[in-house]
Amino acid sequence: MSMMIALALTAGMPVDLGYAQIPDATKEAQAAELMAELRCLVCQGQSIHDSDVDMAADMRRVVRQKIAAGEKPSEVRAWLIERYGSYVTYDPPLSWATAPLWLAPLLLLAAGLWLARGSLRRRRRA
Amino acid sequence: MKRWLLWVPLIVFAGLVAVAGSRLIAPPDTVVKSALIGKPLPDFALAPLLPAKPGLDRGDLATGKPRLLNVFASWCVPCIAEAPQLMKLKAAGVQIDAIAIRDTPQAVAAFLARHGDPYARIGSDPQSQVQISIGSSGVPETFVIDGQGRIAAQHIGDIREEDVPKLLKALEDAR
Repeated sequence: MSMMIALALTAGMPVDLGYAQIPDATKEAQAAELMAELRCLVCQGQSIHDSDVDMAADMRRVVRQKIAAGEKPSEVRAWLIERYGSYVTYDPPLSWATAPLWLAPLLLLAAGLWLARGSLRRRRRA
Repeated sequence: MKRWLLWVPLIVFAGLVAVAGSRLIAPPDTVVKSALIGKPLPDFALAPLLPAKPGLDRGDLATGKPRLLNVFASWCVPCIAEAPQLMKLKAAGVQIDAIAIRDTPQAVAAFLARHGDPYARIGSDPQSQVQISIGSSGVPETFVIDGQGRIAAQHIGDIREEDVPKLLKALEDAR
């Protein structure tokens, strides 16, 4: 891939960020982390980082172009959520709809502790 | 421990089975709607794809009169299926503009010659940039745009015969 970029640079051709990395490694790392948690809208269930359909490449291009232009990953994610809703990310923001996902484990843990406490106390008495 | 508490796990399990079963019988809708419905179209300007037809920018869609914005491609099979319905809408006096996704002039010219040409303008979006910026996730999709350039409604997938009255009503409501 880096050879492709080198070739494109020497040939004076613009790099297609849908298929090639951002030359700046720090920015590419930020983009890669974000792309791994963005849903491919055509092949739902895959991330745009994993998918090979054209639409995923088009979304990667948008993400990389924005990050290469200096936007923060959180801003790019917010831009996409503004257009597609939280379904577009695999790391949805906390909202009324997603709150049970975060709260249910805590509630179940509390219920488990309460049950354990009850049975331990009974055993001690016996 | 109270006796009835013993039934709680079974009841919870039955609930889970009911939820999973109902989703198996009626799978959830997987279409991704644009979150921009009710909001203004973002600013964009697309070059023409065909020499004989103008390109498309945001200003062309805010003309005081509701219109349709069709996102299509010559390589898209359902776009062929909806072509006759778009011709019907055009015959009913509806203004239809288009964004052609990842397409070439030759292919679109052949597509329009074969399936009819309902479009006043066609903007070329070779890398889906504008498609993504309006929250569209595939082809074909049709947006109802009100006179101020706001997205009033979105139709996902091909327009079938029964969708034509719905779109005409959405255009009327967007007035």
